[in-house]
Amino acid sequence: MSFRAAVVTFPGSNCDRDMAVALEKVSGTAPLRVWHGDAELPERLDFIALPGGFSYGDYLRSGAMAARSPIMQAVVRAAGRGVPVLGVCNGFQVLTESGLLPGALMRNAGQRFVCRMVPLKVETSQSLFTAGYEAGQIVHFPVAHHDGNYFADDETLDRLEDEGRVAFRYAEDVNGSQRAIAGVLNKTGTVLGMMPHPERAIEPELGGSDGRALFESAVRGLVRA
Amino acid sequence: MKVRIHVSLKPGVLDPQGRAVHHALEGLGFSGIEDVRVGRLIELDVADGTSDADLDAMCRQLLANLVIENYRIEKLETA
Repeated sequence: MSFRAAVVTFPGSNCDRDMAVALEKVSGTAPLRVWHGDAELPERLDFIALPGGFSYGDYLRSGAMAARSPIMQAVVRAAGRGVPVLGVCNGFQVLTESGLLPGALMRNAGQRFVCRMVPLKVETSQSLFTAGYEAGQIVHFPVAHHDGNYFADDETLDRLEDEGRVAFRYAEDVNGSQRAIAGVLNKTGTVLGMMPHPERAIEPELGGSDGRALFESAVRGLVRA
Repeated sequence: MKVRIHVSLKPGVLDPQGRAVHHALEGLGFSGIEDVRVGRLIELDVADGTSDADLDAMCRQLLANLVIENYRIEKLETA
């Protein structure tokens, strides 16, 4: 009945604690903490979270170095076995750099670091992560990024839309992302990458609690399974 | 052996950085600039005899992100 999650910390991660707190508050169990240099993940994981931050100082490209770190080889293998993976902000960049999600996150179109609460439209409720929302619902999550401008070629974007893999879209212009995409799912719906921070919106004291449903649906979906 | 890897954004990929530099150059009074694209130059010092296939693999696996970037490998004569 317990929820066995792991939060990966890279050198330069800075939202790993927030992610761990959110997972513990919602599931009642503290997640295991994993370091980038570990070659293996703990066994029998229900959930893996890649947090926000500036892993490896954003050297080369955001997420590029982290995506080649020892632990990411293990994360890619676990994702292949169907273990759900959530990547937020820098975690999303790591997921695209590692090939678990299509596309790339480029410098914001306005060149500026964007740090504010933004409205998002939930595009699908048909996933482990978004089952707690209604499709079309508007939610508010904070963003804090410089490289959140989602890019993929038109063919890939069409495929993502046709397959219902756009999870969240910005409801206002934030960073120039193609088709205002804020979060995408992999083919099986078990890997979600998103720039906005659900873990920073889990209780009213933080400025909003719209992110809580994301963790709740994941925990509910996985504990039942 | 010295090798230069030129990494550039693919044509068609919007380059906000290039646009800002373009704008700044015009602000300095330079005219007639059609376009500016900002890329990256990576200099490697590798063992003589490193194969083209290995250099290519380095670019594909790490140095360039093929979703948005192209790369060109330039081998320099050793002095």
